[in-house]
Amino acid sequence: MIEGAKWRRWVYFYIPLGGFIFWLLFPFYWMLVTSVRPDRELYRPWMAPNYTPFWTAHPTLVHIVDLLTETLFTRWMLNTLFIAIVSTLISLFCGIFAGYALSRLKFPFAGSLGTGIFITYLVPQTLLFIPLADIVRNFQLGDTPWALILTYPTFLIPFCTWLLMGYFKAIPRELEECARIDGATRWKAMAYIIIPIAVPGILSAGIFAFTLSWNEFIYALVFLSSAEQKTVSVGVTSELVRGDVFYWGQLMAGALLGSIPVAFIYSFFVEHYVAGLTGSVKG
Amino acid sequence: MARVLIRSLNKMYDDVQAVKDVNLEIRDKEFVVLVGPSGCGKTTTLRMVAGLESITSGQVLIGDTVVNELPPMDRDIAMVFQNYALYPHMSVYDNMAFGLKMRKVDRAEIRKRVHDAADILGIRDYLARKPRQLSGGQRQRVALGRAIVRHPQVFLFDEPLSNLDAKLRVQMRVELKKLHSRLNTTAIYVTHDQVEAMTLGDRVVVMKGGLVQQVGEPLELYNAPVNRFVAGFLGSPAMNFAPVRLSNGKDGLRADNPGFGIDVPAEIRPRLQA
Amino acid sequence: MAISEAVGQRAFAKAPRRDAVTRLLEDERWLAAALLLPTVVLLALFIAYPFVQGVLLAVTDTKVGVPGRFVGVQNFIALLHDSIFRTAVWNTFVYTAVATVFKLGLGLWLALLLNRHFKGKAFTRAFILLPFIIPTVLSTFAWKWMFDPTFSVINWTLFQLDLIHGRINWLGDPDLALISVIIVNVWRGVPFFAISLLAGLQTINPELQEAAAIDGARPWQRFWHVTWPLLLPVTMVVVLFSVIQTFADFQLVYVLTGGGPANATQLFATYAYQIGVGTGLLSEGAAVSLAMFPFLLIVVVVQLLYIRRVEVH
Repeated sequence: MIEGAKWRRWVYFYIPLGGFIFWLLFPFYWMLVTSVRPDRELYRPWMAPNYTPFWTAHPTLVHIVDLLTETLFTRWMLNTLFIAIVSTLISLFCGIFAGYALSRLKFPFAGSLGTGIFITYLVPQTLLFIPLADIVRNFQLGDTPWALILTYPTFLIPFCTWLLMGYFKAIPRELEECARIDGATRWKAMAYIIIPIAVPGILSAGIFAFTLSWNEFIYALVFLSSAEQKTVSVGVTSELVRGDVFYWGQLMAGALLGSIPVAFIYSFFVEHYVAGLTGSVKG
Repeated sequence: MARVLIRSLNKMYDDVQAVKDVNLEIRDKEFVVLVGPSGCGKTTTLRMVAGLESITSGQVLIGDTVVNELPPMDRDIAMVFQNYALYPHMSVYDNMAFGLKMRKVDRAEIRKRVHDAADILGIRDYLARKPRQLSGGQRQRVALGRAIVRHPQVFLFDEPLSNLDAKLRVQMRVELKKLHSRLNTTAIYVTHDQVEAMTLGDRVVVMKGGLVQQVGEPLELYNAPVNRFVAGFLGSPAMNFAPVRLSNGKDGLRADNPGFGIDVPAEIRPRLQA
Repeated sequence: MAISEAVGQRAFAKAPRRDAVTRLLEDERWLAAALLLPTVVLLALFIAYPFVQGVLLAVTDTKVGVPGRFVGVQNFIALLHDSIFRTAVWNTFVYTAVATVFKLGLGLWLALLLNRHFKGKAFTRAFILLPFIIPTVLSTFAWKWMFDPTFSVINWTLFQLDLIHGRINWLGDPDLALISVIIVNVWRGVPFFAISLLAGLQTINPELQEAAAIDGARPWQRFWHVTWPLLLPVTMVVVLFSVIQTFADFQLVYVLTGGGPANATQLFATYAYQIGVGTGLLSEGAAVSLAMFPFLLIVVVVQLLYIRRVEVH
């Protein structure tokens, strides 16, 4: 704690911290309020008198209901869930093997391959999306979830690999040596000993990958065209704006509901998520 | 017959030679100790026998088979590591059973062997626990148990007692000795502690700088060390060394130094005569 | 039977025969190749190949449905003369630089605040990360609503506090738009910086701070001479990631302004999208995207060198 007078604690600590928390979380509160606010209150100009913007006396579920029944929102949620789960699994599969190989095996070009994988992590999607759109079309994957399931690993695998390398490196090599003397092949030693011990790392990588996939936008925007195939981010952006009119009630409801799966998983695995985030940075 | 034959073994790391032309024969059921200061090549030699390090040149034979190209799992050996290397995510029982499971031994046989070994080592009550719930000494026993259940041809020990506190170390030494006579299996033991070497080994191999200095039974090494290093390394308290000047005295050879002077005994005189 | 008998009775058993695949996978090099294969294939197919394709696209004049002919560096030269492109380049640099500075400063401040012990610390830390967790597009819509010229809650609050008398057109005013976009980017990035720097702070031995305090160093000096140098490696990595993401940012601007008003918030990525996907001029769009690459490369190389230097230190 800060030594000294109480006022110091307030000025230097509580107030700034409170300020940060308010600034960072207010938009979510605003999302919530807007989602349950009836239209007549929503579209009241900011200068109008008697305006109580920070809460509503007449909360309504009409926006949420409309969202779920009149739009393809639920379909978008399912699409996004499917894509996120499968691409995370693919990336974990590749990342676990690649991470193990790069951190525990000796072979020529190990260093350059590691650097190569790291470099691909630094190639942003906005650099590749135009040629990739073409390639996706050529592989007959256009407008299907597989276009995303196969392209998301390009930024998920390098991250998973790098994160898992840190976890694998920390496992003493005697464990593997002992397993090999005990009668395990290298493969079995990896599968029965090393990977089970690295499960916390795998969990962290998986959760981080899931949130990254849920958050992706430009590939989803460019590779998917029909409304039924869209992901939540793309659907909310393109389908909930009819003409030039923004249906803010539904939009905010969509934003809120669209965030729930990620927030839900995050809440159960906060420690793992933070470990994933910081592991990738300290790695 | 489970003897181990090491012929002209060499190990090079880049341009450092860690093991230089080692020749050893470890007889069936013998307990041989490799001892020397750190960096002398004893652990590297052990690891080459285990198959954990590649062999630069030379041969290792277990029984009558050259094992140079065999992976560790096919050499029919068991190893006890300095840090025990217990699998943290498995119970004691599973730790001990792992090797047998890998070799597809049937469940009933596994049970029997694990329980037998656990009885011998006094760890029967811990079988369901995980390694992190055990003390250092208990973990050491589990590591031993894991090696025993395999019924290997050769036991390899890599400084297994170094992580234990002094009192426990003395106790375990005695137990290891008893265990060996009970198991009657060839064993190669590496340590930097010459007391362990002298008390445990049937024969002791002193190494320094990658070279074998001397091989022999403990007392033989103690009484007739072949060079200054071996002489100073073995024995507690260590041997005293004093620089002397030799001169021809009235009754033969005389050794003098500022502190004392002695007549060189008759038996030694011929060896010193230049 | 006793162990000793079991061993004595058996001569050294011949090593079991193993099939070719098992033997092959025992070799470190073959195992590594097998393990790395899926990754290498996926990355080659969906990063290396498109990258090459992108370069090929950029040196032709392909449009949607119309195959192109080779035109050399014509597209890039055209870009140099394109005033919108030049604006986009300028905007991107300003956007990245300003946002990163604020993210670093505020993130560091927040990390220092979170480094103390207080009730509900774990809870706070978990909630703080929400802006970073929630899909960017969705939280950006919330900001768009908050910035809406007619219904902005921010305007309302400022008006009530008597700080403004007319409305602020956060996203429609060309002079303000970039600032507004930067605010949202900073909002999103501060948690990432804060949590990462916090982790870095927690690895610094508190005894070092205490020793410095005993030596007579004031809090600011302690920070500058003890904490900051030790935090530098983590900071550099975080900044590296953030700079790359921010430089190539698309979602935020697409949702908030689409690049306007009057290209005031046009960035590399949004311009590439507008040209390539919006108007179907694939080659020119690809050229804009690729134009990012040299800048990114310089930024990455400079930072990696700096990181290496700091680490060697």
